[in-house]
Amino acid sequence: MGLPVLIIHATGTNRDAEAARACELAGASPHIVHVNQLRAGTRQFSDFAMLVLPGGFSYGDALGAGVRQALDIHVFFHDELTNFIESGKPVLGICNGFQTLVKAGLLPGPTCADRHRDEEAPSTERRAVTLTHNKQNRFECRWVYLAVEQGAKADCLAQVEGLVFCPVAHGEGNFQVSNEKTLRQLESEGLVAFRYVDADGLPAGGRYPLNPNGSAGDIAGICNRAGNVIGLMPHPEDHVVPIQNPLGGNEGLGLSLFRAMIEFASS
Amino acid sequence: MVFRIEVSSRSGKDEPTITAAAHRLGIHSLHSCRKSRLYFLTNHPEKALGSDEIDKLCAFLLVDPVTETARVTVENRPQSPAVAAQPSCDSPDHVVEVALRPGVTDVAARELERGAEELGIHRLEAATATQFRLTGKLSRAELHSLARGLLCNDTIERYNLGAIEPIFGHSSESSDLVEQVSLTGLGEEELLECSRQRSLSLDAREMKEIQSFYDEIGRDPTDVELETLAQTWSEHCVHKTFKSTISLTQRSTGGELLPTQEIQGLLRTFIMAATEKVNRPWVRSAFVDDAGIIEFDDQFDLAFKVETHNHPSALEPFGGANTGIGGVVRDIIAVSARPIACTDVLCFGPQDLPPGELPAGVLHPARVEEGVVAGIGDYGNKLGLPTVNGAVIYDSGYLGNPLVFCGAVGLLPKDAHPTEPQPGDRIVVLGGRTGRDGIHGATFSSAELTQATHMESGSAVQIGDPITEKGLIELVEAARDARLYNAITDCGAGGLSSAVGEMGEKLGADIELKDVPLKYPGLTPWEIWLSEAQERMVLAVPEANLPRLQELAELWDVEMRDLGSFSRDGWLRVRYGGRAVAELPMAFLHDGLPLPHRTADYNAHQPQQPSLQTALNREHAPPRAKEILLQMLGHPTVASKERIVRTYDHEVRGGTLIRPFVGPHMDGPADAAVLKPIGTWNNDRAFALSVGINPLLGKRDHYAMAVSAVDEAFRNAVAVGADPDRIALLDNFCWGNPTLPDRLGALVMTCQGCHDAAVAYNAPFISGKDSLYNEFDGQPIPGTLLISAIGIVPDMHSLCTSHLKEPGNLLYLLGETQDDLGGSLLGSLLGWKGGDPPKMPEAPLKRYRALHTAIRAGLVQSCHDLSEGGLAVALAEMCLGGRLGASVDIFAAFGNDLTHAFVPLFSESNGRLLLEVAPEDLIRFEEALAGLPFAPLGTVTQTKMLTVQQDGQQLFELPLDEIEVAWKGSAAQ
Repeated sequence: MGLPVLIIHATGTNRDAEAARACELAGASPHIVHVNQLRAGTRQFSDFAMLVLPGGFSYGDALGAGVRQALDIHVFFHDELTNFIESGKPVLGICNGFQTLVKAGLLPGPTCADRHRDEEAPSTERRAVTLTHNKQNRFECRWVYLAVEQGAKADCLAQVEGLVFCPVAHGEGNFQVSNEKTLRQLESEGLVAFRYVDADGLPAGGRYPLNPNGSAGDIAGICNRAGNVIGLMPHPEDHVVPIQNPLGGNEGLGLSLFRAMIEFASS
Repeated sequence: MVFRIEVSSRSGKDEPTITAAAHRLGIHSLHSCRKSRLYFLTNHPEKALGSDEIDKLCAFLLVDPVTETARVTVENRPQSPAVAAQPSCDSPDHVVEVALRPGVTDVAARELERGAEELGIHRLEAATATQFRLTGKLSRAELHSLARGLLCNDTIERYNLGAIEPIFGHSSESSDLVEQVSLTGLGEEELLECSRQRSLSLDAREMKEIQSFYDEIGRDPTDVELETLAQTWSEHCVHKTFKSTISLTQRSTGGELLPTQEIQGLLRTFIMAATEKVNRPWVRSAFVDDAGIIEFDDQFDLAFKVETHNHPSALEPFGGANTGIGGVVRDIIAVSARPIACTDVLCFGPQDLPPGELPAGVLHPARVEEGVVAGIGDYGNKLGLPTVNGAVIYDSGYLGNPLVFCGAVGLLPKDAHPTEPQPGDRIVVLGGRTGRDGIHGATFSSAELTQATHMESGSAVQIGDPITEKGLIELVEAARDARLYNAITDCGAGGLSSAVGEMGEKLGADIELKDVPLKYPGLTPWEIWLSEAQERMVLAVPEANLPRLQELAELWDVEMRDLGSFSRDGWLRVRYGGRAVAELPMAFLHDGLPLPHRTADYNAHQPQQPSLQTALNREHAPPRAKEILLQMLGHPTVASKERIVRTYDHEVRGGTLIRPFVGPHMDGPADAAVLKPIGTWNNDRAFALSVGINPLLGKRDHYAMAVSAVDEAFRNAVAVGADPDRIALLDNFCWGNPTLPDRLGALVMTCQGCHDAAVAYNAPFISGKDSLYNEFDGQPIPGTLLISAIGIVPDMHSLCTSHLKEPGNLLYLLGETQDDLGGSLLGSLLGWKGGDPPKMPEAPLKRYRALHTAIRAGLVQSCHDLSEGGLAVALAEMCLGGRLGASVDIFAAFGNDLTHAFVPLFSESNGRLLLEVAPEDLIRFEEALAGLPFAPLGTVTQTKMLTVQQDGQQLFELPLDEIEVAWKGSAAQ
């Protein structure tokens, strides 16, 4: 039995099966669990060593990507999830999962100061980053190159060798910040995890379609201050075996991200 | 008290597409347009909403603090802003607000109500709208035409110049009204008038049959019964044209009259007959279930279905295409399969049509395309299904009646699909609630469109709710694996009436309509029974399994309701609050329809046309090959569809091995998609999806169109690695009014072509659908046949793609090129109607088997099929995809037999593919294709140039970047 990984399925989640396959190939034991089972208490966060919030359109994203799932987290799982995160267990949010973590205020997460200032105020209100509509103003599906940010707080990412090559498939993946200061702060605190780059690993520099959605600073993924919560828009779970690579070859597997996080969870 | 919340972008983002579209409409004074979302909130009078609660809703659900601001006002007191109010920063000259009409699914409002519930704000009622803030000096008339032409679709939406009044949830009165409709003594005209008034789409013979049935049993029909009969007997549900006897009168090409032929049903004579003759053991189900089923591997089968949703898409492009995908996916769920992929083939009018030429009552083709593409993407993407294969055809013949073909594939374990409901089984409905939406969809699609349809048939059009359907997918899969049901079908056309009527055909059924969960009160019994509200499935469930099914339904958040049971007395009994509102023998419902006898004419005689040379000589400046090629590459039907295809997720489920675009820049056109289903990675099997369609050729010769469509779909599947002995076909006919002999004659010839090709290729038809009455104001669409193919790829490690791979490799042409320019793209560009249409290739299966052997042996580096535009277009596409050049001499392949260089370059003969072969594989390659017509053409080059010679004489040179600009519309990054 590998490491037990919790993959949450909310109504409208659709990349859970691929995330499970990626975890399996990386040596873990994934369990796809419906939000309703967690709410009913028949399955519990604490039974698992890692959490994946997979891609999809939770609740149809009818009020904005990830918004309703973020509310679920706030209303039903706030304490359990906070404990899970504070215990240092890894959490990975992909696409809709990333949007959910951002909108729930869990990524990049509150600063220490915030936590003590006002426990009651909804963390969403303090949010200084968001994922909004693509600059092209439409859903787009295409393969992109990702580079792990040097010095990211998520140490385990150092295990990811070379670039990750995998598809994006989203309409609201445009990472934006309240102001320039927020961006600098994310960078200086090591909270940027992935950036869009070209095939040689050089910055996309905002150029479409290398940066497929207009994200500020070419940011494709971020992490929290403790380094154990990671979110990204592209889909590493869709490139776990070389035959999925549209350009052929053995490089750029997204599987390496799952391996790195599962290894981190085991240690 | 009603709160109104306006949510706007902080950056004041413009909507340049709206401004540009307004300018195309001739409204040039619109400078800019900004969009805001509007939410209207109210709740139960006992407990008014407080500003705390509004704050909370804004923070958690409505406003993104980074990108948006909100302005909250209390209804009727706009001067007293409530909480979080911020003055609007821009001051538009005009405001137009648009909201959905009552009864149209408003998913955002529903999710808002559910979210509020989670936040402890109970019994909130929500409505949504969109605000457009316009700057520029616009007259009232211009504002109205902008609203109607661009901002609002009258069919499902309403608008106001200025603030719109919200309408919450329901508005109509409850009613259990059942009408008795007296038919006694009515003459033919009066019967027809009754059919027309109630939109029954029944003809005089059918109405008389119903009249005499009720005369016999001695009572009047209820409206529920009449509506049930009309739905069950509609063209859409029963396909009477394909089942009827047809007398065909033909004139030969020489103009002589041939003896009249009697055809005992098109479906039986041509389509099913081919499947029987071919008799492939791997066909699991053909023409019986909601989808065709073939064997995939030892454990799994594959289901495939293609549907059309043309009339709804003409009226409301987004909703029509949206629910088209929803409908075909439910056909897959209805064979107990897990949907795993979608396809789409679209036919539109010209995108650059000047607004002045737009007929009244028609949406502009650009608006139709935009809506349809968004509708397909929205539904497929949200279901998590990769949309991987398709085509887009542009022709002025589709102006008033676009075509939207939606396909879906599913995977199911062997023998997992139960099809025998038992007496006593409960009739269980799962999924979405029933509303007044979609009423008369079946009869509406069995009538022609006219200018007035737009106004009259609003209720036939719906917006989909993919997330409810996603729940159905999960729930039915779980119920199937637990073996909880004995039969399953979807609520498609005709709603519950057809689902229950069909499932209980051999048993009888007793159903209570008062138990049907409704979106809002006020539906009469016949409306509940007929409603085509989306996202519903009907199951026959043994009573003992109900608790287990209920548990699963709760887990997957799907609503479930027990409506009655199947009986054994052969009667359909529909009740409302216990009172019978319809009592019909199943035998009359299903077998009472008098099949029509139809007459068909076909005239194969063509007036004498000039030869190609004569036609070219008549041109002022005869066009040159290079110019024609560039024109072809830029022709909307041929040009890259990347702007459309990229808005579909083609990667989800992680099994897409050949995508719509291939090559180092991932922008060359693929011949077919190849998919590996999740859950089957323990073996190397995959499957291919491809299409064949050529309405242009149909304008010249319908038989040739059918043969060519089969060949195209088939060769595309083989080109990527499918086994030619494991390819199954689907036929979809979109045609005009079949009661007119000329339309029907062309349809007969097309079916004949389908039959002959299927037999020649040894490929069974496993499913199909016809959509008739595709006419606008009496003008038929070009008769259109879509052939979709699904083929097993034995080894996912030996696939082949279309882009050139390596300089120095050799290029070969497989197949004979003949003077087949009739109905070609070249003919259409030159306005020349001469030439012979393409024929069935000689022994086609033999060449495809040899090619497959060569591909599996790794002897083919790239492979691309020749279709519209022939060799020249195929070569250009291969070069572009691989970012490599090619140098070819057509003399080697064709000699000088052909009268004009345009023939080898642009002829559209069937059965041809271009192949790239590495020099070291040459001997083995030639051995593999021994005895087949193939010839060397030239080599792949490093220089980014396509060079074409004829016997050493250069015909043209075309740099890659010119190809790119022509095909992609602009040079890429």
